[in-house]
Amino acid sequence: MSDKDIAASSGLSDLNPQSRIRRTIPKIAKLFDATKCNGCKACQVACSEWNDLRAEVGTFQGSYQNPMAVSADSWTIIKFNEFVDDNKKLRWQFTHSACMHCEDPACLTACSTKGAIVQKSNGTVELNHDKCVGCGYCVSACPFGTISLNPKDSKVYKCTMCADRVQAGQEPACVKTCTTGALKFGTREDMLFIAEKRVAQLKERGYANAGLYNPKGVSGTGMVMVLHDINKPESYGLPADPKTSLPTTLWQDVVKPLGTAGILGAVAVACVHRITVGRNIVEEDDPIAYAQQHHSHPEKTDKE
Amino acid sequence: MTNHWIDIKNANLVVIMGGNAAEAHPVGFGWVSEAMQNNNAKLVVVDPRFTRSAALADHYAPLRSGTDIAFLLGVIRYMIETKQVNYDYVKAYTNASFIVREDFEFNDGLFSGYDEKSGSYDKESWYYELDEQGYAKVDPSYEHPRCVWNLLKHHVERYDFETVSNITGTPVDDYEQVCKMIASTHTHDKVATFMYALGWTHHSKGAQNIRTMAMVQLLLGNIGVLGGGVNALRGHSNVQGATDMGLLCQNLPGYLKLPNDQDVDLQTYLTNYTPTPLRPGQTNYWQNYPKFFVSQMKSFWGDYATASNNWGYDWLPKWDLQYDYARHIDMMYHGKVNGYFVQGVNAINSQPNRNKVLKALTNLKYLVVMDPLATETATFWQNAGDFNDVNPADIQTEVFRLPTTLFAEEEGCIVNSGRWMQWHWKGANPPGESLPDAEILTGLMHTIKDLYAKEGGKLPEPIEAINWNYSNPKHPHCHDVAKELNGIDLTTGRQLDSFTQLKDDGTTACGCWIYSGSWTEAGNQMARRDNTDPSGKGITPGWAFAWPANRRVLYNRASCDVNGKPWDPKRTIVEWKNGKWQGIDVGDFNMKLNPQESAHPFIMQPEGMGRFFALKMLAEGPFPEHYEPVESPIGTNPLHPKVVRNPAVRILPGIEETLGTHQEFPYVCTTYSVTEHFNYWSTHCRLAAISMPETFVELDEVLSADKGINNGDWVRISSKRGSILIKALVTKRLQPLKVNGQWVHTVGLPRHGSHNALTRKSYTCNVLTTEVGDANTQVPEYKAFLVNIEKAEGM
Amino acid sequence: MDRRQFFKLCACGATTSAIAALGLMPGDAMAAPREYKLLKAKETRNNCCYCSVGCGLLMYSHNSNGKNAENHIFHIEGDADNPVNRGALCPKGAGLVDYVNSPNRNKYPEVREPGTNEWKRISWNEAYARIARHMKDDRDANLIEKNEDGTTVNRWLTAGMMTSSAQPNEGGFITHKFARSLGLVAIDTIARN
Repeated sequence: MSDKDIAASSGLSDLNPQSRIRRTIPKIAKLFDATKCNGCKACQVACSEWNDLRAEVGTFQGSYQNPMAVSADSWTIIKFNEFVDDNKKLRWQFTHSACMHCEDPACLTACSTKGAIVQKSNGTVELNHDKCVGCGYCVSACPFGTISLNPKDSKVYKCTMCADRVQAGQEPACVKTCTTGALKFGTREDMLFIAEKRVAQLKERGYANAGLYNPKGVSGTGMVMVLHDINKPESYGLPADPKTSLPTTLWQDVVKPLGTAGILGAVAVACVHRITVGRNIVEEDDPIAYAQQHHSHPEKTDKE
Repeated sequence: MTNHWIDIKNANLVVIMGGNAAEAHPVGFGWVSEAMQNNNAKLVVVDPRFTRSAALADHYAPLRSGTDIAFLLGVIRYMIETKQVNYDYVKAYTNASFIVREDFEFNDGLFSGYDEKSGSYDKESWYYELDEQGYAKVDPSYEHPRCVWNLLKHHVERYDFETVSNITGTPVDDYEQVCKMIASTHTHDKVATFMYALGWTHHSKGAQNIRTMAMVQLLLGNIGVLGGGVNALRGHSNVQGATDMGLLCQNLPGYLKLPNDQDVDLQTYLTNYTPTPLRPGQTNYWQNYPKFFVSQMKSFWGDYATASNNWGYDWLPKWDLQYDYARHIDMMYHGKVNGYFVQGVNAINSQPNRNKVLKALTNLKYLVVMDPLATETATFWQNAGDFNDVNPADIQTEVFRLPTTLFAEEEGCIVNSGRWMQWHWKGANPPGESLPDAEILTGLMHTIKDLYAKEGGKLPEPIEAINWNYSNPKHPHCHDVAKELNGIDLTTGRQLDSFTQLKDDGTTACGCWIYSGSWTEAGNQMARRDNTDPSGKGITPGWAFAWPANRRVLYNRASCDVNGKPWDPKRTIVEWKNGKWQGIDVGDFNMKLNPQESAHPFIMQPEGMGRFFALKMLAEGPFPEHYEPVESPIGTNPLHPKVVRNPAVRILPGIEETLGTHQEFPYVCTTYSVTEHFNYWSTHCRLAAISMPETFVELDEVLSADKGINNGDWVRISSKRGSILIKALVTKRLQPLKVNGQWVHTVGLPRHGSHNALTRKSYTCNVLTTEVGDANTQVPEYKAFLVNIEKAEGM
Repeated sequence: MDRRQFFKLCACGATTSAIAALGLMPGDAMAAPREYKLLKAKETRNNCCYCSVGCGLLMYSHNSNGKNAENHIFHIEGDADNPVNRGALCPKGAGLVDYVNSPNRNKYPEVREPGTNEWKRISWNEAYARIARHMKDDRDANLIEKNEDGTTVNRWLTAGMMTSSAQPNEGGFITHKFARSLGLVAIDTIARN
């Protein structure tokens, strides 16, 4: 996929004109069916294997979940939640947690660096590490907590939807390895069709509230999810109503044009060092952002 | 597995009990998922813990570990009482109508013939009543009080819902629901499959756990049909092959028997293991035993095996006792063993009672460890603090550590649970000077042969005779060995097509009769890679080779009625049509016979029938009965307080003292694997270590509150045999169960500790476990033993 | 997001946008995916070594099948042609590359002499010679040729073997022949546990 396939880019308010030529590229998506996931973590391991990532060996954290959060060297994890449903029935819920590839990506909106975050014609959101200045605003902006700053090189990292595999005509590594068929890959249209059928089947099997998680606040996602109970996304560690936060939108619509006009330019140049090198890590004295990066608890994301 | 992984998709009901397929066999579990989505199948999980399998179940029922027999006998009682039995199948294909000897009895927990002193049974009375011709008597009217059906009915009467619930701790509602779901598959158009693993074998009555399930399946008519069967999910990648290869203390390859002291000569041996039919017109396939055995001896000893020396029969070692590893480690512990080979096993982490194993290894003169990885077994002499508190200077064992290849670096065949013999190819050279196991043992064999040739010594004949006549005897190629396993016609030099061609006159050689057909004149059938599934039922006849005879579903004659008509036309495997047999799989019977002549689907049995009454096959009785684990949390057996545990269990001298009581150790401990790890192997794999870095113990919320233990706290767990420090995981997925008037708590302990790997250093669960095991197989009771637990300071 | 962060955000946005506007940033490069790493890698079919599902594997190493490259397996994924797993692998299987390339692989024959605290590297020939010596001495001393009843039993109980359940059948058969020809009875696999 070349630069011709860019549909949107950070730091630009307009589409890349070239991308308009390739109108036939369909949107792609991953479908995660939580009602079929056995929490085996094959997706998690296959992701690290394919992408040559090796996180540090951690410690037991009181859960099967490990690592506890996505990070720059762990782009996909399975979250484990014990949950007692309305019928007093225990459920052990597993959530495939990785970049959602939002249709309206908060990370891209938050990023002010031209071309550092782009959205491809196929709908996936990609990072350009040559451009990334490590400011970490995408990290704060992401409502799912699935993009992470690497303190070692001051760049952000996340799931690429295995762009290298997809470009070569293959499904992402996590999807290929999924043991139960809880992960599927294809055009967004097909995934939504399959999901719809599955939801109907689940309702027949007694899950009256089964539904599709494809949140409107971000205009839908490139990873859609089938849940046992669509009214309780928090029980899966998912935000109930994720959206691009107000400050991010403000920045996009108000502050950026000012900056581009050069009014603050002189002041800003003086701050370059401070911003790109000095304080580019989410601060540990900011418990919310810190928690988001290290634990990605949905409740905390919601408060933002 | 009687069936195979893909076939699970054909089931209407999947029962996971005695295993945790989603966790331990996730890809196999994928076929359960397939059945649920595409065949509208239901999933029932019965387990002491709410597992990853339970997370996807339609219905989960907890039970106390070690009470599966009570649970399943109650299911049988329910099915009989509510008449939800596949009577057509039971009448046609089981021994329900067979009449049992008059002197057979069952009273107060004991079957007839028990000898208290030896702790074993004289099984004489556990047999059919025979007529003058030696055939078993039957009563097709089912009125005879001693026909198997009536004995069975009587035997299970005691297991009503309340009694079962009182033993198992399963709430009656949950239990009734499971009974209903299982019983619902008694019709011809509904089939259930049972998937089990170590959760059933790791008990002092493991074989009977499985047998009880097999009885349920016979009652439902679910054996030999698509989507049904008795499905053992085997552990290691080639443990099926290792078992086929007879790598057990009383076996020869192909499930032939290693002779014992009673088999004084070849003729006696062959007579003892070649059964005569118990009903007229039986296939009685083991009647071919002499052909399989003599051909195997020709493969063992080559030209040295002749009619005049009884094909080398006397060179085979004979056993007087069952020298399984538990007994042999006990002998080692008592200083009666000098040398030991450990090949691809991390014995000191795997075998029960670690402290005993450690002492046993210390007593060896030499230990040879063949392994691709640096195991704790090879370094048992190294001090590792509290994990392995030894002084190397005190240990006089000479230890050899020989590096072996692993799968990626070698070619050959491994056999999966579904009996598929899949060939694999070498992808890279091994690190350093590592060699395949076969090559190492060949090197040793030749060195020993040379020594005997040079020096003479005791009984040099078998060492000289053992056939290493491969194309390159110093480096046997796996192709040569695979061909040897398939078998060859020694007169023509041609590879055999099938075991039907084997002879007992020394003109055929065959290493393992059940593998015959795997490498014929047409080439290596195991390497076939045509994945076409013409019927859509998951039978892929062109993919690899399934023993025996490329048959994918065993006992498939039972999928049709006596006249050869499939019970369920949607599940046709074979059928009698237009005067001949046809179908999608190789028939598990002589397809030249007409339906009536072949209407005895269990062809390996001399009566051709599925057995509710097991005759003399098992140590503790022809019917299963509930016995408590050797360490019982209730200290009694509510059914028969005088016979608490399995009366036939083997207790070696000194072992009784290593067993704890419920007063001292009140909690049940059960051990298991988690998805992320494979025993101790994957602790050396960084990706696995990242995904599950440290072991832990799982506790219910009530017990942890009682003990003041919070999630993540360090705790000390102790059994009569030792104690370990470990972190606690407090979870809702374990619940205390009400058993015999008391609350029983279960703690769950994964078995992936290691102090010498890439995961966090930790203790292994086998510090706590007992070596006492199943009365037949001696598989240790890893799933139900007693411990105590206390909050502790960390490491 | 708090007030302090908001101000910083504004400042950052202004700054980086301004830099871009001033032409200080590279202009045209857009995110390009990583190169596909398997393009011409040697692909070998195998089966997973862990459990008994028998999942098919595709193992990838750098080699054009020429004689001069030493294969190094750098990636393993499921074999989609294998009907049992259709490309899927569990987390253990998905991580196999780290098992094959584990830093804890044994590489050379070694011996630990009695009472010492170290491994010593030895040659294969030395290993064979020393082990065979031990075995023969023990067997000659302890092989039981006849039992008390005078039956020929030819058993050797002072040695035993715990055998592998991951090696191929061919290795298993060689193991069986090795053990029984010497008179070993006490052989067992991990099948029991």
